[in-house]
Amino acid sequence: MNIVRRDFLSLATKGAAALMAVAAFPSLVFARNDKAFGAHNLADAVANRYPGMTAADSDKITLKAPAIAENGAVVPLTVKSSLDNVKSISIFVENNPAPLATSFNLGPQNIAEVSVRIRMGKTSNVIAMVETDAGLFQTKQEVKVTIGGCGG
Amino acid sequence: MKVKAKAKNGVVKVKMLLKHNMDSGQAKDKKTGEKIPAHYITDVTAKLGDADIFHAELGPAVSKNPYLAFQYKGEAGGKITVSWVDNKGGSKSTESVVK
Repeated sequence: MNIVRRDFLSLATKGAAALMAVAAFPSLVFARNDKAFGAHNLADAVANRYPGMTAADSDKITLKAPAIAENGAVVPLTVKSSLDNVKSISIFVENNPAPLATSFNLGPQNIAEVSVRIRMGKTSNVIAMVETDAGLFQTKQEVKVTIGGCGG
Repeated sequence: MKVKAKAKNGVVKVKMLLKHNMDSGQAKDKKTGEKIPAHYITDVTAKLGDADIFHAELGPAVSKNPYLAFQYKGEAGGKITVSWVDNKGGSKSTESVVK
């Protein structure tokens, strides 16, 4: 019985050490969140991307987006944040067929500034959400679209 | 695809331009009137050596020939590998030296 117990303890310790190692060097590559990308309204997309979290408005996030996008097929966006320990940045377009446009996973080595060009079907709020150790934060801006970019 | 990585004051800015149609599944073929099936990049990963330094999940709302930029703390030298996969199993990878 003693040996079994010793084995068990040894395994348990090794297991814990392995877990700690993973926590110390987090991989940025997670399984893709298909549910969040497949959601057809903003609330579902956010709830699937950040389950159980509520976003607080923050002035420490800068969303650089055009006030008017002439061509909805190419809307350049830049999201910057001065919040500490940013884990991810996600961009939602409220009126798109699937609101979650893109999501960036960042680590301690990153500066929280990302750029991307997205499609917008029509005039909509663009919401940038930033996940940190302290919770979920957001800022939004309306982008007016003259020609939609989803169809063609 | 093009990847440019430039170091300045301890920060490396990485810009990339990926070549992909990013068919959203919403557009219709003008001749046949049938919907063009969704075909888009789902994941973009950047590594510095063996370490992950960036991972993006893209949806079909990202523009054709996606442009992405990110930053990390680092210096010139070293090699960045950017790779993407799409929803039909296609993939591509490219290397770039940090300047």
